[in-house]
Amino acid sequence: MGDVFEFVMPSLGADMERGVLVEWLVTVGQHVDRGDLVAVVETDKGAIEVEIWTPGTVAELVVPEGSDVPVGTVLARLSGASATADPAPSAPPAADAPPAEPSPEPAPTPVVAVPPHSGRASPWARHLAAERGVDLTGVVGTGPGGAIVGADVPQARTKPVAAGTDADAMRRAVARAMERSKREIPHYYLGTEVDLTPTLAWLERRNAAVPPPQRVLPAVLFLAAAARAVREVPQVNGFWKDGRLEVSEAVHLGVAISLRGGGLVAPAVRDADRLDLGGLMAALDDLVRRARRGRLRGSEMTDATLTTTSMGDRGVSDIQGVIYPPQVAIVGFGRVVERPWIVDGAILPRSVVRVTLAGDHRAHDGHTGGLYLSAVANLLTNPESLA
Amino acid sequence: MTRTEMEARVRELLVDLAPEFEADAIDPDEDLRQQLDIDSMDLHQLATSLFEVYGVDIPESERADLVTLRAIVDWLDAHVSR
Amino acid sequence: MSEVTYREAVRMALREAMTNDPRVFLMGEDVGRYGGSYACSMGLLEEFGEDRIRDTPLSESGFTGAGIGAALVGMRPIVEIMTVNFSLLALDQIVNNAATLRHMSGGQVSVPVVIRMSTGAGKQLAAQHSHSWEGFYAHVPGLKVVSPATVVDARGMLLAALEDPDPVVIFEHSGLYNSKGEMPDPPPKVDLSTARIAREGTDVTLITHGGCLQRTLDAATALAERGVSAEVIDLRVLRPLDWDTVLASVARTHRAVVVDEGWKSWGFSAEVSARIAEDGFWTLDAPVRRVAGVEVPIPYPQHLEQASIPRTPQIVEAALQAVGRG
Repeated sequence: MGDVFEFVMPSLGADMERGVLVEWLVTVGQHVDRGDLVAVVETDKGAIEVEIWTPGTVAELVVPEGSDVPVGTVLARLSGASATADPAPSAPPAADAPPAEPSPEPAPTPVVAVPPHSGRASPWARHLAAERGVDLTGVVGTGPGGAIVGADVPQARTKPVAAGTDADAMRRAVARAMERSKREIPHYYLGTEVDLTPTLAWLERRNAAVPPPQRVLPAVLFLAAAARAVREVPQVNGFWKDGRLEVSEAVHLGVAISLRGGGLVAPAVRDADRLDLGGLMAALDDLVRRARRGRLRGSEMTDATLTTTSMGDRGVSDIQGVIYPPQVAIVGFGRVVERPWIVDGAILPRSVVRVTLAGDHRAHDGHTGGLYLSAVANLLTNPESLA
Repeated sequence: MTRTEMEARVRELLVDLAPEFEADAIDPDEDLRQQLDIDSMDLHQLATSLFEVYGVDIPESERADLVTLRAIVDWLDAHVSR
Repeated sequence: MSEVTYREAVRMALREAMTNDPRVFLMGEDVGRYGGSYACSMGLLEEFGEDRIRDTPLSESGFTGAGIGAALVGMRPIVEIMTVNFSLLALDQIVNNAATLRHMSGGQVSVPVVIRMSTGAGKQLAAQHSHSWEGFYAHVPGLKVVSPATVVDARGMLLAALEDPDPVVIFEHSGLYNSKGEMPDPPPKVDLSTARIAREGTDVTLITHGGCLQRTLDAATALAERGVSAEVIDLRVLRPLDWDTVLASVARTHRAVVVDEGWKSWGFSAEVSARIAEDGFWTLDAPVRRVAGVEVPIPYPQHLEQASIPRTPQIVEAALQAVGRG
């Protein structure tokens, strides 16, 4: 005990270079425990509440509120921090800390939240990055072997502290991530249609029996099926890292949430495969509310092991996702539509959803992806198994 | 509780769902889904809030019609016991 | 301005030096009656006589040592060694005497000898006549080592070497003697201290000298067609090397390719690339690449000989790799 721990500006996404420390949620002398919210950080994706994973007493707040600093900058010092840094937040201890999981903020390495870009940075790029005070995480390299070279290093941000979500910045963040995805990931695409009629009838009966706060949207069935199907086909859940697939034991399901005004975030529902429908509904409800207020937490932004994207009830019927690197798959759910369907030899109107998968062909093949989609479809048609 | 108070409260609830909008700016007759860019999750949250505030549960069969501020307030006016 | 061959430029310098300074004389194998193995001294015996254009026995150590001795007593000898390979026989004289005496005498004596030798492959003269030992001589403190690649330098560097108080070794690539270039009128003086930017560019620096210059310039032209702007540095002086020019160029382009006909391992290109890594590391956007001689004694058959030395397509390829397009 008695060690000093440096709490640094975390990387809250593959595309985050800097962040603005908007607000301290702790004061000097205050004791903090693992998972406590300590600061609000403004990023391209909006304000994020950042947790700490090393307990201790706040000895010094190094960076004042309003500071715009690169990832890795020391924000605060803790005294009496435990000597060994806790690797990651975890609810159930053993199963939840697999090596494949990118830990949100294990001390003392500054940039560990996201596996580094596959390329390297040239000495000149590093020199420029240091000079300009920019972080190279997520920068797309154009040099030999995809290395980041000087010309790739972004100019230093001189933008003043902005309140709320900066739509342009978020657009750029999405652009960087998607550019990297399409540049690095050879996507393959699969799709299947599922007759949801019996499932929706089941859901209606279920909802009718409970008061509104306990009711569940069809979207939650999708999340539940996507998360639980991972148990049958785990290869879609994890990261492509250092030239190989790292399957994640934990299922932290990213949920793509589009924001009004044109932003997109994909925070994670942690351990989505362990939640029942009510738990998932509550988690989704909470995520959506906070995402739209720009109050997501650091770990939520970096934990996702597999992402889902859903068109909801106002979208189109088919969506082909773009994988969020370094994940290896994204599951898409179209709008549920009425379709003529053959049931027992008769053509009947049925509620049909198209479920798609975009897979990283480096990590797995269409056969694996197909097995996964079949598992999702099977779960969706057996809602009791999801309850 | 007057109808005016009720409408003011629903406006608050809606703005809670869509913080980008001003409560006073919501047009009572325009479809809320287009107006506020809200989806099924938002409507679910609204239903939950109305249940918590007024103890009422809008039946599934009537929800499709309750897509404007005025329609919601009318429905509440008819169903909430004072 | 007139067009002359490299051979004529060397002869021009020899004639000028002999005319202007009675202390200058030329000696070497077949430099007199035969006119020089590469005909550089053709006609000079008739013009200047046997005392100043001296044919020697096949004894590199002996006549190089004689040249060093003559320099010590105030003459300005030009020793021609037929090929770089044969200079190994005179290595003791060059390394143990010429390079050391100023230092060992505490500056009391100097050795203003000029030693010319042909270097390099490409003439199908096989492994005992075709090597590139520039890197070896450039390794030795006490020597100046120059590698003229143009007619202006072929003439000017020989004259500048004669004015230098210390031993200067001049490498004349055998493939250059027939090459032609423009010689300004009057011919310019040149220095023995700076590298020359032979072509300006912004994307990659190609560093070379002597016989590889033209191939490297050709590569730069080919690269330009592919949208890569290559800067070409003609080092000219290999010892002491003008690192400022090299490092400044690399600091602009952030990429370097070293082109040298000598063997890659332990060679001249190794030193250049190591210096860039040492002193220019933080300016680099890509690993320094080398296009150098293949690790074999230079073969006799033409296709194998060409395959053993840097060629334009290889230089282009290395440059594309450096800019991330290889």
